[in-house]
Amino acid sequence: MTTDVIAQDSHDEHHDDSHEHGKMTGIKRWLYTTNHKDIGTLYLWFAFIMFLTGGAMAMVIRAELFQPGLQLVEPDFFNQLTTVHGLIMVFGAIMPAFTGFANWMIPMMIGAPDMALPRMNNWSFWILPFAFAILLSSFFMESGAPNFGWTFYAPLSTTYSNGSTAFFVFAVHIMGISSIMGAINIVVTIMNLRAPGMTYMKMPLFVWTFFITAYLLIAVMPVLAGVVTMLLTDTYFGTSFFDAAGGGDPVMFQHIFWFFGHPEVYIMILPAFGIVSTTIPAFSRKRLFGYSSMVYATSSIALLSFIVWAHHMFTTGMPLFGELFFMYCTMLIAVPTGVKVFNWVATMWRGSLSFETPMLFSIAFVILFTIGGFSGLMLAMTPVDFQYHDTYFVVAHFHYVLVTGSLFSIYAGAYFWLPKWTGHMYNDTLSKWHFWCSLISVNLLFFPMHFLGLAGMPRRIPDYALQFADFNKWVSIGGFAFGLSQLIFLAVVIKCIRGGEKAPAKPWDGAIGLEWTVASPAPYHTFSTPPPQKDIDNADQHEH
Amino acid sequence: MTNKEYESYYVPSHSHWPIMGAVALFMIAFGAGNYVTDLANEESGYGGYLLLAGIALIIYMLVGWFSDVINESLTGKYSHQMDNSFRQGMSWFIFSEVMFFVAFFGALLYLRVFSVPWLGGAGNNVETGAVLWPDFTAIWPLIKTPDGTTTTAMGWFGLPLINTVLLMTSSVTAHFAHSALLKNNRKGLKAWLGLTIILGVAFICFQVLEYAHGYSEEMRLFLDSGVYGNTFYLLTGFHGMHVTLGCIMLIIMWLRVLKGHFTPDNHFAFQAASWYWHFVDVVWVMLFVFVYIL
Repeated sequence: MTTDVIAQDSHDEHHDDSHEHGKMTGIKRWLYTTNHKDIGTLYLWFAFIMFLTGGAMAMVIRAELFQPGLQLVEPDFFNQLTTVHGLIMVFGAIMPAFTGFANWMIPMMIGAPDMALPRMNNWSFWILPFAFAILLSSFFMESGAPNFGWTFYAPLSTTYSNGSTAFFVFAVHIMGISSIMGAINIVVTIMNLRAPGMTYMKMPLFVWTFFITAYLLIAVMPVLAGVVTMLLTDTYFGTSFFDAAGGGDPVMFQHIFWFFGHPEVYIMILPAFGIVSTTIPAFSRKRLFGYSSMVYATSSIALLSFIVWAHHMFTTGMPLFGELFFMYCTMLIAVPTGVKVFNWVATMWRGSLSFETPMLFSIAFVILFTIGGFSGLMLAMTPVDFQYHDTYFVVAHFHYVLVTGSLFSIYAGAYFWLPKWTGHMYNDTLSKWHFWCSLISVNLLFFPMHFLGLAGMPRRIPDYALQFADFNKWVSIGGFAFGLSQLIFLAVVIKCIRGGEKAPAKPWDGAIGLEWTVASPAPYHTFSTPPPQKDIDNADQHEH
Repeated sequence: MTNKEYESYYVPSHSHWPIMGAVALFMIAFGAGNYVTDLANEESGYGGYLLLAGIALIIYMLVGWFSDVINESLTGKYSHQMDNSFRQGMSWFIFSEVMFFVAFFGALLYLRVFSVPWLGGAGNNVETGAVLWPDFTAIWPLIKTPDGTTTTAMGWFGLPLINTVLLMTSSVTAHFAHSALLKNNRKGLKAWLGLTIILGVAFICFQVLEYAHGYSEEMRLFLDSGVYGNTFYLLTGFHGMHVTLGCIMLIIMWLRVLKGHFTPDNHFAFQAASWYWHFVDVVWVMLFVFVYIL
């Protein structure tokens, strides 16, 4: 074995104890860090703060919609809230949270000393707070924040935009730079830094899903950058990409946007698959059922995601062939997704199950994500979509996949690895409260939206007809309850960081993976030399 | 098992460059936002200065960061595995750049194949065409837009053809420079790399001339001359920016060659710059075919 360069260097500079080498103190530690665990922590906290910010906006939205008529906010401000709520939750909460998981866990899971490009990792993170500062600062400008929906369709975002579009565009640009660098780092880490003996098909499924997600990011974030650039020139420099008078087409905006946007929604769900594919086997005390089929299913979903974008645009008057093509391709995605759901259930089948909080969130994920999947299948049917389009049915659908899907998986993962991150067990009672309050309120919040949508209530409107009043009241009550329940999670995390029962290296008896071979909390540097082969063999997720 | 062959992977303990880069990007984005907004409102503000300061800061940051990396490389801190990380990182970065151009080429294709013919009444749009734009005929290049703006199209003969020859030749000379480096022929390396840079700079100069010609009274081909002008200037403009960046990379490589950097088996930065140069060349060929000829 050769000498450990990192240890040598920092010993010379700091004379720290061997577990803490290279760690600076105070604010500088977080600003200058190149450590994947520090950066993972930053991502996770940033995501949670953004989640609460976007959540606060959702609270105002639900308060306005509590009863018919205009009560609290101006319609224009309502539009700003729905827009920024969406942008924050997508780009500021869910995506950074997953990147946080990737940073913390991937190097430990593949037996690597850190991410492949540690300095760039720091850069990727620190761009984000600035990008969101720019986006949020537009609330305090004369023009107000973007008000055209998170999908920023032209001409709402060009001809009819309110003057802060340039800030929105440049914020998205630097967000995109951050995502692309983060994704390149993940890809290179996985391709190049796997411990000797950790072949691709021995990697934890968690790592596979992030690998594929990172490819999707590298492929589509530049397309987003392209479309916001056209938006910028259309709005400020007289081009007519999205304006028929100059030969362009507003529908082209939707094509380019959704060419980014559809892979984007898988960017937000594939890592969730990875997390529950880790937690469900652990609490079923079995290996993952159908590991290889999970890898192939994830890859197929990723590939299919590039040829389904126009199912968001069935009502734009596409040629019939287009409608049919995108309808069938979209339905095809149900096949690999079905494989996954089947495998999770089959993993639990005849397992010795126990219901710790991560498992509760995982089971809720499987059931509620499947509901979201089914409503997605309904939306995939072109003729049916003509009725559902732009109604609360769509809102219900994507909140089922994003909140009870992505977010619940994030909670499952957070509870699962909190002992590894903090060295303490979380407060079990409080976490159960968090789960049950969230589970009940989230369904009260989103399930009635299906009925509202089917009855014809349009999305993104601050007022509604009287017949929708009762359901909206319950939805709002569910919304407030769900919002408050998330504060329980904050309490759990803070308590867990500050103290609690000491966590052993492997607190879950059924868990497998290299991350459980190191102490809890994980030392500042792990796997400066690769783990022994037997540990890698034990971490194999295949059924034997 | 393979532990014996394991080379340690260099992880820098900390760095102040990335946070500086984040601040610089913030200044660029916020400055550009203000600048563009002020421009639209015909006001003057501090946006432009903030933007320039941000660009200056990011250049300072990149120089500092890369100096660190070069020093680490020269002092032998990097393993073969680290070299791989850099190579893979650069390849995926170039792939992301390709996807950026894909967005614009996709727009060009959509405009030509769908949007413009539909405006002229193709498909099931006969009535739309007749009612909205009765005088419009769908042709490409779109020299008269539906709202009546007229312009002229840039031919492929002349400057664009010369530029194609220049850039394709420069790709070959860049390859010769690389071959010379592999054979440790320093003289050849300096000469071929220098020639590549000259060809690249010549390309940029001709491109500027072409723009001047486009903006002349004779041609009246402007950025806002309908979708033909839009796609022409954005595609060639972004390509030109990438050529400029590529040229800067090559010049830095040339200076490093003069300082005696790079060996036949350790020259990632040179390789990366050369890959990038081939990439801008391929994009130009696509441009020449789809923007100029077809």
